[in-house]
Amino acid sequence: MREINVKEITEAVKNLCMNANYDLSDDVMTAFRRGLETEESPAGRGVFEALIENAEIAREERIPICQDTGFAVFFVELGQDVHIESGLLTDAINEGVRQGYGEGYLRKSICDPFTRKNTGDNTPAVINISLVSGDRLKIIAAPKGGGSTNMSRVTMLKPADGIEGIKNYVVQRAIEAGPNPCPPVIIGVGIGGTLELASLIAKKALLRPLGTTNPDPQLAEIEGDILKRVNDTGMGPQGFGGRIYAMGVHIEKFPCHIASLPLAVNICCHASRHKEIIL
Amino acid sequence: MSDIIRLTTPLSDSDVGELKAGDQVLISGILYTARDAAHKRLIDLLDQGKELPFDISGQIIYYVGPAPARPGKVIGPAGPTTSYRMDPYAPRLMEMGLKGMIGKGSRSSGVIEAMKRYRCVYFAAIGGAAALIARSIKKVDIVAYEDLGTEAIRRLEVEDFKTVVVNDIHGNDLYKDGKEKYCIEGN
Ligand code: SF4
Repeated sequence: MREINVKEITEAVKNLCMNANYDLSDDVMTAFRRGLETEESPAGRGVFEALIENAEIAREERIPICQDTGFAVFFVELGQDVHIESGLLTDAINEGVRQGYGEGYLRKSICDPFTRKNTGDNTPAVINISLVSGDRLKIIAAPKGGGSTNMSRVTMLKPADGIEGIKNYVVQRAIEAGPNPCPPVIIGVGIGGTLELASLIAKKALLRPLGTTNPDPQLAEIEGDILKRVNDTGMGPQGFGGRIYAMGVHIEKFPCHIASLPLAVNICCHASRHKEIIL
Repeated sequence: MSDIIRLTTPLSDSDVGELKAGDQVLISGILYTARDAAHKRLIDLLDQGKELPFDISGQIIYYVGPAPARPGKVIGPAGPTTSYRMDPYAPRLMEMGLKGMIGKGSRSSGVIEAMKRYRCVYFAAIGGAAALIARSIKKVDIVAYEDLGTEAIRRLEVEDFKTVVVNDIHGNDLYKDGKEKYCIEGN
């Protein structure tokens, strides 16, 4: 049994919140540079130029790349041989969010759904915990903006809709989202499971580094097909017209009930923020 | 892409009439910020027959909820929010003299019709380029609704604030035109 004090967790979460928002990861920066080289439309190239400059400013000045610093979403993998000392894991994470969003000059964007009153410190966080073997604690922060989340959907297709039905739905969703979710986007797709699991794996799919494909060749092929069709629409960066609307399509699948075919589409803007730490 | 156009607020009817979808425009002068909650309050005031907290005629509203400023900065990152959420309110403000809106994403057909009728232009700023955009904001004052925090109405003094015209008053739409131009057969 290994002991981890909640103070250590809070400190780690605080830093994750700030760094995820200030420091766009290299996989996304690489995709921007590739976009700048390959995008045909001048307006589209202008967008990539601005996004590269924006990320550089944010990193240098330690300010967020986007003013919407997101809902604080975490994926936590807790080793079964870890004992959390002096408090609750979820409290420790929420305290880290409170400190990170406060001290890090991040925007507080969480409110009551009815009164719309802001909670004032960006809590509560959304925390997904899974138990794993070992004595380590892995925390992944994946803050998500409201604009691109609003363009995401979950649906229950009929089993008869099959792979074609899945592809058509995702492409149609991208067309309807259009310029709203700040393209160039990354499209996370969760296939199977239950209503809630499909959504969760669609979000998890977004954590995969941009530029990689699913190791399953069939899923990799579907990813490629959807990406081509979405980009062939011509919507382009910011919807100004061009070749690159999406920088990647990431699919994850899970077995589902014989009666159903759940499908979730989580559209993530170019501000695809995620940072992780292992304690 | 056309040459870059420079405009200073307030905008006149002729400034607005000359703009075409796809034009790159650098705006200097004043922008007023407002998003969901502030719009709701503005419309409530109009419903009660009261005055707006600022003179809206010829002005531009920027849909933004900035991040907090670090010490020594005038504002935190401040990129556009998605505009369609302001669609239910926008025509009333155009009726009051609003000449421009800055945001990101598509507008409803009702708003686009109102833009033609009241001569108002919709500009896009680059969504997510918030740290870069903040550099063109030189001064910030809160005008109303301080209790709304990031959603308060702020008066921004801007210099060469980068925008692209999405919807002009002649019915052109950059999102439609751009997509058609680069669309590959079958989509
Ligand atoms: S969709 Fe993403 S990039 Fe656009 S404003 Fe929201 S968080 Fe920022």
